[in-house]
Amino acid sequence: MNIAALKLWVNERLGVDALGDVVQKKEVPLHRHTIWYYFGGMTLFLFSVQVVTGILLLLYYRPSAESAFESVQFIITEVKFGWLIRSIHSWSSNLMILTLFIHMFSVYFMRAYRPPREMTWITGILLLLIAISFGFSGYLLPWNTISFFATKVGTDIAGAIPVIGHPLLRFLRGGDEVTGATLTRFFGFHVAVLPAAATVLIAVHVFLVQFHGMSVPARYESSHRKMKFFPNFLLRDLMGWIIAIGVLAALAAIYPWELGEKADPFAPAPAGIKPEWYFLFMFQTLKYIPAKVLFFDGEVVGILAFMAGGLLWTIIPFIDRGKHQRMRIVFNIFGVVVILFIVIMTVVGFVT
Amino acid sequence: MAKESSRPRPEDPNRRRFLDYLLGTTVVATLGAILYPIFRFMSPPQIVEAMQNSATAGTLKDLPPNSGKIFKFGNQPGLIIRTPSGELKAFSATCTHLDCIVQYRSDTKQIWCACHNGQYNLNGDNIGGPPPRPLEAYIVNTRGDEIIVTRS
Amino acid sequence: MPALRSGLSATLLLVFSVVSLSIVFGAVAKAQSQRKNSCVECHLGLEGKIGDPARTIDHDIHLSRAMTCNDCHGGDPSQDDKNAAKDPRKGYLGKPRTIDIPAFCGKCHNDAAFMRKFNPALRVDQEREYETSMHGQLLKSGNVQVATCISCHGVHGIRAVSDPLSSVYPLNVAETCATCHSSNDYMKPFKIPTDQYATYKTSVHAEALYERQDLSAPTCNDCHGNHGAAPPGIASVANVCGQCHARQGELFQASPHKVAFDNLGLGECIQCHNNHDIAAPGDEMIGTGENSVCIGCHQEGDKGFIAAASIRGKIDTLLASIDKASEILRRAEHSGMEVSRPKFELREAVDSATHARVLVHTSLPEEIEKVTGPGMNIAAKAYEQGEAALAELSFRRKGLAVSLVFIVFLVVLVYLKIREIEGRQAV
Repeated sequence: MNIAALKLWVNERLGVDALGDVVQKKEVPLHRHTIWYYFGGMTLFLFSVQVVTGILLLLYYRPSAESAFESVQFIITEVKFGWLIRSIHSWSSNLMILTLFIHMFSVYFMRAYRPPREMTWITGILLLLIAISFGFSGYLLPWNTISFFATKVGTDIAGAIPVIGHPLLRFLRGGDEVTGATLTRFFGFHVAVLPAAATVLIAVHVFLVQFHGMSVPARYESSHRKMKFFPNFLLRDLMGWIIAIGVLAALAAIYPWELGEKADPFAPAPAGIKPEWYFLFMFQTLKYIPAKVLFFDGEVVGILAFMAGGLLWTIIPFIDRGKHQRMRIVFNIFGVVVILFIVIMTVVGFVT
Repeated sequence: MAKESSRPRPEDPNRRRFLDYLLGTTVVATLGAILYPIFRFMSPPQIVEAMQNSATAGTLKDLPPNSGKIFKFGNQPGLIIRTPSGELKAFSATCTHLDCIVQYRSDTKQIWCACHNGQYNLNGDNIGGPPPRPLEAYIVNTRGDEIIVTRS
Repeated sequence: MPALRSGLSATLLLVFSVVSLSIVFGAVAKAQSQRKNSCVECHLGLEGKIGDPARTIDHDIHLSRAMTCNDCHGGDPSQDDKNAAKDPRKGYLGKPRTIDIPAFCGKCHNDAAFMRKFNPALRVDQEREYETSMHGQLLKSGNVQVATCISCHGVHGIRAVSDPLSSVYPLNVAETCATCHSSNDYMKPFKIPTDQYATYKTSVHAEALYERQDLSAPTCNDCHGNHGAAPPGIASVANVCGQCHARQGELFQASPHKVAFDNLGLGECIQCHNNHDIAAPGDEMIGTGENSVCIGCHQEGDKGFIAAASIRGKIDTLLASIDKASEILRRAEHSGMEVSRPKFELREAVDSATHARVLVHTSLPEEIEKVTGPGMNIAAKAYEQGEAALAELSFRRKGLAVSLVFIVFLVVLVYLKIREIEGRQAV
């Protein structure tokens, strides 16, 4: 077999060279903050880990109240390396949300959302919502006590939203209570709806990044050097990914994800139910809001405030139009305040 | 030239080939280390499925008529009985009095709890001694020689 | 065919009408016959105690079986005139004297043929039983302060024993007995203690009965008898307790203690477990320790002392190995290992500990050994499995360490490759 002929045959049909040209031409700006560019790729890598381990878990998982817990128990005891796959799936999801947050804030502080990249920012925010939904729906799937009650509390909060709250709660739970019906639909969201949405959005998001090229902070716009994407940047990416695999394996072996006790819907809620850490700052804040704010229910006010905050955060690219130095400081301060708020509330949530 | 000498000497072809070789083998080894658990994960395990509502309570061979045996049902003990007439019956083996494990007595043909002389008949009903409630009954099926007990 | 069918329907309809009409008429007739009861009519109008029977009779079990005042008291309730209604020639008896009450009730309750009509399973020897009881004996001797039928069952408004509102329903028996037996004043002439109810309430039996609502748990009458109530004799205690604690009773009767206790005049079970305030037994009761019940009779050096120490030792060792096994299993579980199977198997060892505690009643160390021995093996096996789980965990960590070495090596190689490529690019 002539390799050159084969290459030609393939290239004629698939246009691999054209793709190669794009990759060859792609460059990554080099400046003091280049390091932050790695976090998008890292998030994408962890997402692929989720896809692979998730598909593997699907071989044995059973989405019903009667057998979900037992099937997960089966995976971690009877299936070879089941403990590893499951622990990696759990740890990787948490690390992915973490890198996603880092990626988002780095984009924010580098103001990479400036025109014409508004849509990249918005698709990114949507991906954050999807990632969080992945986390929330996946958390219930082992059907253990903690996840059961965390879901109950979480959906209760969603139910407190005015007007749409109750229908939303019923939609999420598949009824008035968290039951096997909730598990079935969370499973559906987790393995079908969310992956489909994520695939489309990731495609758009990555395409937009390629389309606009990587954003360079205004300060370095005229003075930065460039690095070739392939192989220089990609190899560095690869280093990060290999390290990530090592970290995941270490976490899985040293801190295996506990399964806990099977959920008993009729048992009283255990004390100190806490959501996953990335919900903790919202959960903790809602606790601090007084029961009544003027004439309104405190919880409702809190939820509305978070929704307004989220909306504000989403439309940042449309607000931050000024080129003045003073405006930059305002946005930076705002970003720092948001981070401080999240960090402090999360820590308080953990400690209390 | 001075600048070049400060860098490693990449133009050394031997060194480069050795690095490529090492890199290649390590990548293959690492990929192997990643794929091996995946293939092991996918190959069917010894016990084929997670039994939650059913359990294997042994074989007919090991259970002659007028005998009983304790088996593991989830993390609770179960009692499988073959009555003198050959019928199969299964119950929770936890006495409803103080959680002792009950047993089948071939002489009285009853289920008996040794702790306080609790007695149940072969339908699991409490008929003597302190037990306040009947034993929970399970459904029994056979698959070939195997006895399968299912929670209703 | 249609003709036949309609004829059949007509017949059915007719039969149905006749039956339902007769039911209605029967009910009306019955209601009328019941309504005519001059005793109730008259007594309802009377204030105080004399009116009480008429007021409380409503839920009486006898009344619900269509028996009314005159079936016990005689007389003629169809007469409106007081003297005519209470005519002794019509068998009027009036209120029986206390000493006559057992016979008064016994009139019917001793009559097997009569009682069979209402409850074929009901015993008919209550009066004879009563005569053997402490209450009955004292009554015979002329003491009218003692309990008779009505003291426990009530007078008018007597309910079935199975009725939760009955004063002799299992949950109410102790209170009923306590109305007299807990009263210092009332019991003074009898010179017996009055703390039985209070001590019983602290017992494991009372806890089972009241807190767990286990109606099979014993209350006063289960040990003392009901109609024949008397303290059980010293030598019959094991038989009484053995009603429920059959194994323990059986083992005790066969043990060397039986003869010794009888000779010493000791009260079998109650010697160690007390009588009314029977506490949940604990392992501290066995052995040679401070709370041991054995050292009451046995002294250092004698055979029983050695046996007691040996029995306690066996049980303690078994419990210690169970603890050790569950501790390591708990640790393995907390480290994320799945150990539900050995945990299940360990249950069997716990079961043999329970069994060993029953066998304490043989007071023979070699009998205890027969169950603690296998129990120890099971616990040891569970411990091994816990160890294996922890070993597996450390194996995983070692495997991880090896793979991390590879990963670090790979990272270094990639890093070198980058430098190599960039070195070339720079050239």
